[in-house]
Amino acid sequence: MMTSMKRLLLAAALSLLPFAAAGADPDPRDWSGVLREARGQTVYWNAWAGDPRVNDYIAWAGEQVAGRYGVQVVHVKLTDTAEAVSRILAERSGGRIEDGSVDLIWINGENFASMKRNGLLFGPWAEDLPNFPLTAPDDNPAVREDFTIPVEGYEAPWGKAQLVFYHDSAFTVAPPRTMPELLAWARANPGRFTYPLPPNFLGSTFLKQTLLGLAEDQKPLYRPVDPAAFDTVTAPLWAFLDALHPLLWREGRAFPASGPELRRLMGDGEISLAVSFSPSEASAAILNGQLPATVRTSVLDGGTIGNISFVAIPFNAAHKAGAIVLANFLLSPEAQARKQDPAVWGAATVLVLDRLPAADRALFDRLALGPATLPPEALGTVLPEPHPSWMEELERAWSARYTSR
Amino acid sequence: MLQLATIATAAIVAGPIAAGLLGVAMPAFGIIPALGSSSLSLDAWQRLLEQPGLLRSALIALASGLVTTAISLGIVFLFLASSAGTRLLTWVRRLVAPLLAVPHAAAAVGMAFLIAPSGLIARALSPWATGWLRPPDILIVHDPWGLAMMAGLVVKEVPFLLLMSLTMLPALEPARRIAIARSLGYRPVTAWLKVVAPGLYPLVRLPVYAVVAYASSTVDVALILGPTNPPTLAVSVLRWFSDPDLSMRSMASAGALAQLTVTMVALALWRVGEALLARGGAAWMASSDRGIAERPMAVVGPAGIALAGGALASALVGLVIASLSWTWRFPNLLPDTLSSATWSRAGPVLLETLATTAMIAGPATALALAAALAILESAAASSRPRHDLTPLFYLPLLVPQVPFLFGLVVGAEAVRFRPGYLPVLLGHFVFVLPYVLLSLSEAYRRFDDRWLMLGRTLGASAGRTFWAIRLPILLGPCLAAAAVGLAVSVGQYLPTLLLGAGRLETVTTMAVALTSGGDRRVVGAWALAQALLPVLGFALAVLLPRAVWRNRRALRNTS
Repeated sequence: MMTSMKRLLLAAALSLLPFAAAGADPDPRDWSGVLREARGQTVYWNAWAGDPRVNDYIAWAGEQVAGRYGVQVVHVKLTDTAEAVSRILAERSGGRIEDGSVDLIWINGENFASMKRNGLLFGPWAEDLPNFPLTAPDDNPAVREDFTIPVEGYEAPWGKAQLVFYHDSAFTVAPPRTMPELLAWARANPGRFTYPLPPNFLGSTFLKQTLLGLAEDQKPLYRPVDPAAFDTVTAPLWAFLDALHPLLWREGRAFPASGPELRRLMGDGEISLAVSFSPSEASAAILNGQLPATVRTSVLDGGTIGNISFVAIPFNAAHKAGAIVLANFLLSPEAQARKQDPAVWGAATVLVLDRLPAADRALFDRLALGPATLPPEALGTVLPEPHPSWMEELERAWSARYTSR
Repeated sequence: MLQLATIATAAIVAGPIAAGLLGVAMPAFGIIPALGSSSLSLDAWQRLLEQPGLLRSALIALASGLVTTAISLGIVFLFLASSAGTRLLTWVRRLVAPLLAVPHAAAAVGMAFLIAPSGLIARALSPWATGWLRPPDILIVHDPWGLAMMAGLVVKEVPFLLLMSLTMLPALEPARRIAIARSLGYRPVTAWLKVVAPGLYPLVRLPVYAVVAYASSTVDVALILGPTNPPTLAVSVLRWFSDPDLSMRSMASAGALAQLTVTMVALALWRVGEALLARGGAAWMASSDRGIAERPMAVVGPAGIALAGGALASALVGLVIASLSWTWRFPNLLPDTLSSATWSRAGPVLLETLATTAMIAGPATALALAAALAILESAAASSRPRHDLTPLFYLPLLVPQVPFLFGLVVGAEAVRFRPGYLPVLLGHFVFVLPYVLLSLSEAYRRFDDRWLMLGRTLGASAGRTFWAIRLPILLGPCLAAAAVGLAVSVGQYLPTLLLGAGRLETVTTMAVALTSGGDRRVVGAWALAQALLPVLGFALAVLLPRAVWRNRRALRNTS
């Protein structure tokens, strides 16, 4: 590991250097060439850093690729992925089309759609990673589609997420199994449920989930928004929220900012029911002392939204080969199994386990499920993400409707 | 030479601000080359005006700027009035610096944990007095009117204004003024308000304006304590800048300019208030009132200080306990289980980030101190300050950070200025300089020039008198100014993040990143880490002059 002194001096020296000459982009089909080029590179991986356990995992991954491939990894710690997107945009505005400061970025959904549309991504590269076939892409189309947008090799899958509810069984025994039941539950437990303020990712997902759970026909949600039909399609959602909001925590006059804040409210006993995008979040938080041991997880009868998060390489990344090597390592059974361990992080793998050699599968079979995690077969149907235009339109309509003036 | 240094500094300060403002003004009017738009348009403004809750966001920001400042200044002045010449003042004076060292975000997190329905106060009263076994559903933190946010700001601004007032106060020789007023029959508090306050206010006007600007544009305190739906304008702007839909950037830029306008309006309204108060105050001062409201006024000041100081201190204690806890259920006043896990996990990273922080804050503060000395020295040397550049150096105090830092990043890219250590250092310098200058200028003004003349008559050069006479005499004030500068530098979040491409990890960037994870134990640990360097700085500023001048009594307390 580099000491901070060395890193500072290096940063100081780099900021004086003129632009380095650009070489040809690495080609992952020539894997030994990629490895050769990557050796000695320092990859600046921009990733959300709100959880020390996530940070520890990223530090571990960095040590592994440093030891095996001679690639140094620096975790650029973000509060919000958009910070890195802003930087890449600023670099292109300023005319820096190569040698950019972001090498790898943890991303999905709206940010991916936006960056791909604006040509801010390098690729395609991801489908040529040696570990990519372990995701069984032909039987598992989710790794090739991000919010209905074709991935086309512009990002590599990293982790799986699915919307779940978690409740404190000390206060409530029967969590709702449908959206109408949620409303009834809130009537019986006023002030004990809330969701993060849209456009927070989890808050917006809750809106989409609610709409999927109430809509008579889900098909329009998987196409771009038709402005003419928007009001009709979303009417059940607004009727539901109009009834729900007065029953929310703080009567819906304040909302938590994020999933982690929601979890803290649960830990403090302010609420009894919450949503999460990680089926193992409750277990991991119990093991980490953040939630009481009485917390349990549940899903809805009609299924819940699931998606995959990815890592992508910006068009102007300075260390593309190193970033590719790191992305491939993150997809290895070893790295994926460690990530899924609730004692380490508890994020579900994107690998298809029955495709793995027995020795690699054993890595996953060994993992304890955790006290509050549902077994995979109890997670129910995974609903795909609606088209990203729905997220934007729902956020806009929500804000027009529920923002105090 | 000195003139040159002053002009160079002016360029370093004004350049980025101009570049930054240009960088947001262009997209606000439709010019974003990276997204392929290059013609003037007002679309961004139209979209901004259509944002639900915009007016409310702006009004809360405006109110926060004015209300926070009025309450803080009121508390500080009434406290000084009622404690002039007492033991209480000496005592509070010693406590003020460490409280000032606590960064805003850390104080806000601690305050939130203190006053929330599941917070320390509720726990202390539950269930024996309240009957609460679970936190009640009461809207305190994040209230739609921003009251919790303003309270959090007051708690932080009171120590700042108090320190600034205490620095300026000796110049007025308050004891002598009060003695005269007392001999005319005025009660003590009334006497202070009539004969000291009118002289003191102009001296602390600039710090007061800085508070107005900060309170109307704060991001971190507003995120932690402020309203959520809609949030304050600065928070909305930050959110628009981070929207995945890149076409929102132009609207965000327009919002940034709107934020600048709100801050300017707050400052203008404050000036109007000043004028009205001056008119009304003059009549009161000339009146024969020798102390009708003496009693209540004498109580409000110390009570306000006790409340603000007590809240901040309890908030910090809460964070210390939280950082040592493992599980801590409501309504227990103390954690159910204790653990050192948070600290041991943070340990190695903590040391590394502290080192990085010191390597930015140290040089930035030293440079700012040198520049401030050059500026003051050159002002003192020229008998007629024809082109007085001084107001320029205070600009960073008044311009909200959100508008121009985003523009600055684009501007820096355009001139091929790579993010890294040097840009960060420069960014910190720009924000540290006004505080150092502010803290040092009064000591400079009070300096007895006869010492220098004495030196010159003995044949010493101007340079020699500076190094051998002025600097040693001003050692105390210089260190005090440096301590303030250090605290400001350590607390910088946006400049460190944006100008360093996030690669330079300071305790503050780490603390803010971890705040997004919402784990109070971790946030508590990092908030304390943030306070560590500034507290050391303030301690050194007090102890070093005493050690160096242990045999020079008159030089020991010149701050």
